Amino acid sequence: MQQNQQAHLRLFTRRTALLGGLKLALLGTLAGRMYYLQVVDADKYATLAEENRISVRLLAPLRGRITDRFGYTLATNDQNYRVVIIPEQTDDLEQTLRMLSLILPLSESDIARVLRDAEKKRAFVPITVRENLVWEDVARVEINTPDLPGITIEVEQRRNYPYGGLAAHVLGYVAAVAEADLTDDPLLELPGFRIGKTGVERQYDVSLRGSAGTSHVEVNAIGRVIRELQRKEGEPGQDIALTIDMGLQHFAQQRLAGELSAMAVVLDVVNGEVMAMASTPAFDPTLFDRGLTTAEWQQLVNDPLHPLTNKTISGQYAPGSTFKMMVTLAALASGIGPSHTVYCPGHMSLGTSRFHCWKKGGHGTLDMLRGLQHSCDVYFYDIARRAGIDAIAEMSRRFGLGVPTGIDLPGEKPGVVPDRNWKLGATGEPWQPGETLVAGIGQGFILTTPLQLALMAARIGNGGMGIVPHIRREAVFRPGDQPGAAPAGATSIGVAPEHMLIVQEGMNLVSNDPRGTAYRSRIEQPGMELAGKTGTAQVRRITAAERASGVIANEDLPWERRDHALFVAYAPVASPRYACSVIVQHGGGGSRFAAPIARDILIETQLRDPASRVPAPRIAAVGPR
Amino acid sequence: MAIKLRTLASSNTPGGISIGEKFRDMSWLLVLLVTAIAGIGFAMLYSAANASVDPWMSRQLVRFCGGLVIMFVVALIDIRFWMRHAYAIYLAAFVLLVYVEFAGEVGMGAQRWIDLKFFQLQPSEIMKVSMVLALARYFHSLDFDRIGRPLPLIPPLAMILAPAGLVLVQPDLGTAGMLILVGGALFFAAGVRIWKFALAAAAALAAIPIAWQFLRDYQRNRVLTFLDPESDPLGAGYHILQSKIAFGSGGVFGKGFLMGTQSHLSFLPERQTDFIFTMLAEEFGLFGGLCLLGLYALVFVYGYAIAFKARNHFGRLLAIGITTNLFVYVFINAAMVMGLIPVVGIPMPLISYGGTAMITVLIGIGLLMSVHIHRDVRIGQRGYGED
Repeated sequence: MQQNQQAHLRLFTRRTALLGGLKLALLGTLAGRMYYLQVVDADKYATLAEENRISVRLLAPLRGRITDRFGYTLATNDQNYRVVIIPEQTDDLEQTLRMLSLILPLSESDIARVLRDAEKKRAFVPITVRENLVWEDVARVEINTPDLPGITIEVEQRRNYPYGGLAAHVLGYVAAVAEADLTDDPLLELPGFRIGKTGVERQYDVSLRGSAGTSHVEVNAIGRVIRELQRKEGEPGQDIALTIDMGLQHFAQQRLAGELSAMAVVLDVVNGEVMAMASTPAFDPTLFDRGLTTAEWQQLVNDPLHPLTNKTISGQYAPGSTFKMMVTLAALASGIGPSHTVYCPGHMSLGTSRFHCWKKGGHGTLDMLRGLQHSCDVYFYDIARRAGIDAIAEMSRRFGLGVPTGIDLPGEKPGVVPDRNWKLGATGEPWQPGETLVAGIGQGFILTTPLQLALMAARIGNGGMGIVPHIRREAVFRPGDQPGAAPAGATSIGVAPEHMLIVQEGMNLVSNDPRGTAYRSRIEQPGMELAGKTGTAQVRRITAAERASGVIANEDLPWERRDHALFVAYAPVASPRYACSVIVQHGGGGSRFAAPIARDILIETQLRDPASRVPAPRIAAVGPR
Repeated sequence: MAIKLRTLASSNTPGGISIGEKFRDMSWLLVLLVTAIAGIGFAMLYSAANASVDPWMSRQLVRFCGGLVIMFVVALIDIRFWMRHAYAIYLAAFVLLVYVEFAGEVGMGAQRWIDLKFFQLQPSEIMKVSMVLALARYFHSLDFDRIGRPLPLIPPLAMILAPAGLVLVQPDLGTAGMLILVGGALFFAAGVRIWKFALAAAAALAAIPIAWQFLRDYQRNRVLTFLDPESDPLGAGYHILQSKIAFGSGGVFGKGFLMGTQSHLSFLPERQTDFIFTMLAEEFGLFGGLCLLGLYALVFVYGYAIAFKARNHFGRLLAIGITTNLFVYVFINAAMVMGLIPVVGIPMPLISYGGTAMITVLIGIGLLMSVHIHRDVRIGQRGYGED
């Protein structure tokens, strides 16, 4: 028994020692595992812990302002004050909202919406109670915050256009980022971030946008911010100064306001600065930042007058008789002299077709200057036929027609200046001789934008310098700078000076000779006289039968079938500085409906004379003059 | 209570020891070790509540004090009493286990506790100590010659597998595993032939495909996640990964008391219970973790010393069983939070927040001390002194 017990004890001791050894080994395994995690792989896990803990939040930079050439603010940022409530910071959400409604009017639906949102979102996510608070409301809420647990005021930046729709097409608008707008800029993924969608806002979006700041915050596992660890403010967006003179823009927009759909562009013929660029109807860009309802958006998009479109660069119209300067210059370049005469019996026959002059009885015998002055169609049929379509097209492109002008605005259309190759490519059919005659009076395939016509007038006015229209001032001028100096890059478009003089004189006669087609819209103030050219572009075909029974007057036609009224001009005649184009869509005759508008705009332009005034040295934060 | 009084009064019987002697003979170093470990637990619970004694530390402190009293009472009770009532205690625990299976409170997808209003009783915790008592008695009473035969091994095997099976269907994979490991260790210490363990291990391996069929989806996920934790970092693998990040980012000396980002920012799940060791490792680093493991190791050594000094087989087996039980707690919990084994719900003894585990661990320590105090008591096969 004793022996048995001894053996039993020995076995127990041996087995227990084995067990103890096993335990020791297992404890060693634990220690080894700890060493591996906490020493060998410590760096890796430290990084992971930091990534867990630290969340980098982007801070939206302040968007740059847009000003006119004199520093008046055209687009800026407003503060939108919002009352928000953080549900977890109040014991009784509804009670707190009722308390708030005593000092800030809240509708029942507001309260219901907040309560609904609170159920859906995590308790630490702020819910907007009301926005667009006036300062008095903000102050009242701030004073009462001790009695309003969970209530705070938040500030958000909103885009504001102090002039409303006055330069809407130039400025464009900002709106929420669409899927297609995403680039690698992380700012674009920020909720509520706005980017430029059209106009200058879009063209210079990257400059205006600035760069994001960052805020490193400590977050817990469910994303609640515990505290801010580090903050780096972003770079605010760059301010953009435009060439626009807001006073002139205002005038032009007002002057067009009487028309259903009209455009006007004013250029500096020396350096290509766009002084005014107006298009009616317009829209209020401020609405887009607030967000449009679907109905409002549909209404704007489906409006046949295209209020959202900048028709000065995106609308394409037949230039009509304003194209005759191009035909003239093409003829001169192909060796036809200014003394070349044509007899106008009121029409011209080519093959079996008969081409009519606008004047039924005809003009009789005319030379080149008289042809321009009277805008005789037969004279231009003749010289167009002699010069040929390719020469006309080549000359037109030198003046900026049929090609994008290169203006720094998005959405510019190139227009159409047809030639033989173009027609073959576009329609697959060869050019017909009759089409040259039609092109000679600016009809047919040819299409131009109002900006192109203004550029054409400017390049005639400046004697053939290849200026490029632009909307952003190259640099903000400093006091003492010479205003209006020509940009160094501009080169001649290569038209003989004596030919330019002939065309300039022709345009002078149009406006300042009593027999000129625009004499009634001349500028009488000495030293401000304009040289212009009328244009009336048909948008329908006049049949032989209609011609026989008498052409239907514009007033008797539905609006959309009436002629476009056009006028291009530069002023002053003696030393051209400003060029202007006006198109009144379906307005009727150019001399009656477009020329007076252009005259008024050019008078105002010269009175203001923005090109000669030194722009404000610094961007001024004052209202319009 | 009447039983206790009579037993405490056994000093009057021949061969007995007076209460005063017993108190002087108490393993005070062990009491100190246990208090030190529990103290670390209080600090961690304070930190887990973001520097607040509420809700965890204060309650844990009360439980520990209550548990300490129970521990002393258990220690003072004569070892023969425990042996005599080992089966009864086991049976009571088993009945509770069956009861909880049908009427227990459901928590976290498992039936585990009985709600006693002031206390949530987990019978599976009680079973851990009761089983050790019952097995120690059985092997004490078993003739040394018969231990080599297969037939006498059937009752103790049933004593392990019956509760393990009940716990498994709760379903509490961790506790079931613990019962089998502790029971196996006792079989081993009692002298069961080694080839039988090999046979059992082979049988267990063969049973794995069958057992897989019985596992709940979440248990299968835990096993799968354990095998490839990075496969689903935001899903089932989240806990293991976040725990490893907490360990690793703690480094050698930790981030400092109350400074653990993983735990304080709630990346760490269950930081007051199963993952409390992770929190310690994050705030005190490798150094802190090894210190705690070192304290446990001292307790184990103490347990072994008590086992070797005991002159009765029941005491020896009880001490080894209790110590192994404690060891398995520590090992499974630590290995689990470090991603060495699948996630199972085993707390870190004396540290994790939880009432039943704290009390049963202290009862276990009490039994260990009782073995120590009554080390020279000779016990017959049925527990009535030396025959």
